[in-house]
Amino acid sequence: MGRVVVDVMPKPEILDPQGKAVANALPRLGFQGFTSVRQGKRFELEVEGEVTDEVLESVRRAAETLLSNPVIEDVVRVAAAEEQA
Amino acid sequence: MSAPTIERPGAESRVDGARVGVVTFPGTLDDRDAARAVRLAGGAAVQLWHADADLHGVDAVVLPGGFSYGDYLRAGAISRFAPVMGPLVDAARGGLPVLGICNGFQVLCEAHLLPGAMIKNDHRTFLCREQVLVVENADTAWTREYERGEHIVIPLKNQDGQYVASDRDLDELEGEGRVVFRYEGWNPNGSRRGIAGITNAAGNVVGLMPHPEHAVERGFGPDGEAGPRSGTDGLRFFTSVLSTLVG
Repeated sequence: MGRVVVDVMPKPEILDPQGKAVANALPRLGFQGFTSVRQGKRFELEVEGEVTDEVLESVRRAAETLLSNPVIEDVVRVAAAEEQA
Repeated sequence: MSAPTIERPGAESRVDGARVGVVTFPGTLDDRDAARAVRLAGGAAVQLWHADADLHGVDAVVLPGGFSYGDYLRAGAISRFAPVMGPLVDAARGGLPVLGICNGFQVLCEAHLLPGAMIKNDHRTFLCREQVLVVENADTAWTREYERGEHIVIPLKNQDGQYVASDRDLDELEGEGRVVFRYEGWNPNGSRRGIAGITNAAGNVVGLMPHPEHAVERGFGPDGEAGPRSGTDGLRFFTSVLSTLVG
């Protein structure tokens, strides 16, 4: 069984209200020195068998059309996951 | 229990026969209110089901508000691929009047019938208020019974209401007069350029975050000049499309 990981982040120029809320909460728990937080999404897509180039290409297309909205988000990574220990 | 009978205003009989579809997705909340608004305006409301790839010959469609598919992934992102959206997108490109309200607006953006997208309100909280809007385009299929520059009061209730688009798209919308409504007095969610609603180039597809279907009947709407809950500024969305259809 293979697994492909897709990371999606809000575009840098788009305000990230959730990341901002997290950033504001950090110092309340004593975590100092973090100037900003941005929150994205991680998807894990599993396939039967190996993660081939074909599979990666198919995931890339899914990432651009469904998993992200290019108006507000960037797909920052599409990669085969490391084998689980 | 039988459904309540809804009185139809007799004066609107000239639009008898105009059928306006209202789509229900899993998680849609305001389909009944939208159907009621259609009937109060004098039209016939037709229930459309997300899993049925058939518009059943309706003359116009409303995508109502709510939290379709729980807003999973992104608001409107899953609904956009529902079976009913196939024929709907084709018909909208062919000129069918389509109104997207709140979640329906998000679906129209995800379906690329309208540019841009909605993200969380800049203040990060759900907001429910009676919102003043300025009508900036009174030539669309859904706004022809308003006047340009008119102020109307429409309930606004959402969490993901911040309209964003590229500067290029925003300039194009403004340049072509496709900003239909702007928030007046206060920007309640951080929307770019105070935009509350937009239209496509042909003027048949309109999307907005506020809820006109909640301001169509005295006693149930926002406060108005005639007293508490007397506001019915939303009704003309529905009479507009009916008069558009009658021609």
